[in-house]
Formats: sequence, C-alpha cells, structure tokens
Amino acid sequence: MRTATARTSLAALGCAALALSACTAGADADDGASQTTLSVFAAASLTESFEEIGADFETEHEGVTVEFNFAGSSTLASQINQGAPADVFASADEANMDTVVESGSAENAETFALNQLVIAVPEGNPGGVTGLGDLQGLKVAACAPEVPCGTTAQAVIDAAGGQVTPATYEADVRATLAKLTLGEVDAALVYRTDTLAAADEVDGIEFDEASKAVNAYPIAALTNAPNADLAREFTEYVHSDAAQSVLSGAGFEQP
Amino acid sequence: MSTVGIRTRPRARARRRVPAALLLPALIGLAFLTLPLVGLLIRAPWTDMPARLAEPEVLAALRLSLVTATAATALSLVLGVPIAWLLARSDFPGRRVVRALITVPLVLPPVVGGVALLLVFGRNGIVGSWLDETFGITIPFTSAAVVLAMTFVSMPFLIVSVEGALRGANEGYEEAAATLGADRWTVFWRVTLPMIAPGVAAGAVLCWARALGEFGATITFAGNFPGRTQTMPLAVYLALQSDLEAAIVLSLILLTVSVVVLASLRERWTAAP
Repeated sequence: MRTATARTSLAALGCAALALSACTAGADADDGASQTTLSVFAAASLTESFEEIGADFETEHEGVTVEFNFAGSSTLASQINQGAPADVFASADEANMDTVVESGSAENAETFALNQLVIAVPEGNPGGVTGLGDLQGLKVAACAPEVPCGTTAQAVIDAAGGQVTPATYEADVRATLAKLTLGEVDAALVYRTDTLAAADEVDGIEFDEASKAVNAYPIAALTNAPNADLAREFTEYVHSDAAQSVLSGAGFEQP
Repeated sequence: MSTVGIRTRPRARARRRVPAALLLPALIGLAFLTLPLVGLLIRAPWTDMPARLAEPEVLAALRLSLVTATAATALSLVLGVPIAWLLARSDFPGRRVVRALITVPLVLPPVVGGVALLLVFGRNGIVGSWLDETFGITIPFTSAAVVLAMTFVSMPFLIVSVEGALRGANEGYEEAAATLGADRWTVFWRVTLPMIAPGVAAGAVLCWARALGEFGATITFAGNFPGRTQTMPLAVYLALQSDLEAAIVLSLILLTVSVVVLASLRERWTAAP
C-alpha cells in the first residue's frame, strides 16, 4: 500500500511538472501522463501477499497503479453487488464469489490459491498437540460458522468425529488467533497463512482432517470493471509463477 | 423559514414561539437520528420476524442480553452511586484525576477496553491468574465476563448522571437531617437517595441501554459462544457476515424489546406520585 501511495504522489508530482511545462512548451505534454488505477477488492487474508504482487504488477506495467480494498470477503461481495467501481475481486471462499457471479457482476472465476486450517498453538507447542484428538479438554478458539474460516473449521471438526467444542466462535480469523496470542486459549483453528504471519509467537500444527475442507480462493475480473483489459491481465498475473511463489511463501498452496 | 408555534406543557397555556435558530437545527438533528431507524424499518423483512423469534438461538441471545444488561446495571448502581457521591459530596485529594479516570471507558474504543479487561481478568491477567491459581476460576468466555465487559463500558454513564443529580440537589435538607441527629449513612439513605431518585433512575436507564448495545468489549473479553456469551449485538454482527436481512430482523427484535421495557418502566415511574 505504501508503494501505491508513494507512486500516486510521484504521479501527482509528475502531473504538476507537466502542467508547468505545458504552459511554456504547449503541444507535446501528453507523454507518459496517462495514469491508470486498477481497483482490486481482495480478502483480508491476502493483504501481505497481494501488496507484494500488486507492487510487482506495477513494475511490469508502467503508468498503472494498483489500489487495494482489503476486507472480509462477504463485505467485499456485498460492496461489489451494490455497485462499487471495482476491477477485480479475489475472495477467500467460493460462496462469496458465487453471490457475485450470480448477481452478474462477474462471469468466470478461477481458483488461484488454496488455504488449509492448522492448529495454532503457543510457540514451542507446550501442550504437545499433534492432532485434533489432542484438543479435548483444552480451551480452543475457532471462527464462527457465519464466516468462511468457521465453515471450514466446522467441516474439519465434523470430519474428526465432532469431539472438539470450541470455547468461543470468533468473528474472523485474526480475532481467533488473537485469543491465542493473548493466552486466553490453548489452541486456535486458523489458516496456515495466519500462523506464518505470526510465526514468532505461534506454531502451526498440521493435521490430517484439514485436507477434508480446503478453502479455495477464486479471483475474477468484474463485468463492469472500469479497466476491463487491465483487470484480465491482473487475474492472469496472479496465476503466473512470480505471483504464485509470493503466495506459497505466505503459506498458500497452488490449486 | 418562519417560526412555528408549538404546544408546550398543558400547565403553560400560552403558546410560545420557538426561535427558528433552535427549531431548524433541532429538526435536522431529529431527522439525522431517526432516518437510519427508518432505513432499517423499510428494509426489514417483517414476515420473517415471528419465525426468527421462535429460533432457540435468537431467544437465547435475547434472554442473555436482557439478563446480563440488567446485572451490569445492578452492579453499576451498587458501585457507581457511591463513586458519584464521593465525587459530589466529599473533598478528597485527586478528585479531579478520579473524575477524569472515570470517563476513560467513555472515550476508549470498546475493543481496546476488552483487551484491557483480558490483561487484568484474563487467564494470564494480574487478577485473573490469581483467581485461576487460588480458586480455579477463569472469567473469559463466561456470562460473568459479559457482565463485567458491559459494566466497564456503561457504569461511567450512571456515575456522570448521578453526580449531576447530586450537584443539583439542595444540600440544605441533608444538613437539616444531620442537625436533627441523623448519621451520615441515614442522611444518604433516607434523604439524599430519595431526593436524587429521578437522576439515579435516568442514569440506570442510560447505563442499561448502553450495556444492551455493548459489542466490542464483549466479543473481545467474553468471546462468542451461543447461549453463554453471545448477546444480541454479537448475533447481529455475525448474521451480518452471511445474511443482511437476518441481521436487520435481529436488530429490530432487540430494538423493540428494549423500547417496550423502557416504556413500561417509564409508565410505572410516572404512575407513582
């Protein structure tokens, strides 16, 4: 985001300089002034990786600024369906992308990343947790079933036989992790990407049942995109090797 | 815009002219406060309401909200009225600092308040770890945590109202009672408290209403567990993540119930002599 704003102010400076020179030189002032802003609505869990991908995309496309709106996928989906002027939508689950496709705001969405749940435990794993079975009798935080990570968590718990009852169902995945970093719970069911983002405080324990409910992240260029061609280019770029390596560095898996 | 005559209380029979300088901003303010409610009412899928009310989760959240908000108001009365009395009637060093400290929960974002409560009453908190080791009690994720979170954010409203009432009350009656031999507790209980009863009641209503709407501190400190810590505002917020209409219905249920409770209380008060 910082690079984006820096670029915007640079661009503003450029424009001001151009305007000045236009007074004296007149005609040939249009050179390089065509700035395009691509507006990408992306799930909050993509924040770090998409900022990096966006910066790379800007380097490859001169005169393009990528602007991000990071929020919960359901919030973004309703903003888009209410007519927000967005070019690209990247959702953390298929259900929210489906509502956007059903409303006609997008046509074909493609999955570009997968995210799995892990059991987050305090660094060093003091409780010796190795799987879901070890969570019985421990205080566990999970997401509420109303949000994507909670749907996944419930599916995973059911797949394991349903013996785990969380002490709290949090409103989003970062709040769930916060309950662990504050020491109020012994374990939390969060995405692998979240444990990597907080690697100095928590460990992520992989477990078998996680593969039963993998979250797919779909991306789509929107039908009413102000910059339709660029939007398509961005969704293609997210599938490129460069972008995929950024994503896997953050803990996502390739579809 | 010309001024409009409006009827004042029946006792003051003469019609008074309301200055446009007051009426205009008042009307704009009123529209600003009520239009969002109108928006909710327009969007509300009214036919869904009875079905929603029959859902056990909604009933549990509503019951929990009413019980915890009432408990938080009771706790605020027991602790807050004495604080207000100290602020208004006694002169101790650092009174200004205490008054400033009391308003801290008013300006603190409730989520921060929730984190602060965790740092004190949480499992690893200053008081919480002692409670855990000595009695095996952990507060977070219990209904008691909901009450504490509500009390933290809503008690200042009660204190401010009651202190205002105390400052407005005539101290002459208290002095007279004291001259006639009443001790300070008797003066407080038999003279001061009855005198400021309307102020205490107004403060309690404000406190109850704020507690009922509490969200940030509750979800942070008490978490969200249906039937135990999921109050109506939490249920509304989570419904909003998947179903806007459901969220609106839930908010209207909370709104209707609180208005009915407040209106019936008001009737009881005004019926009293």
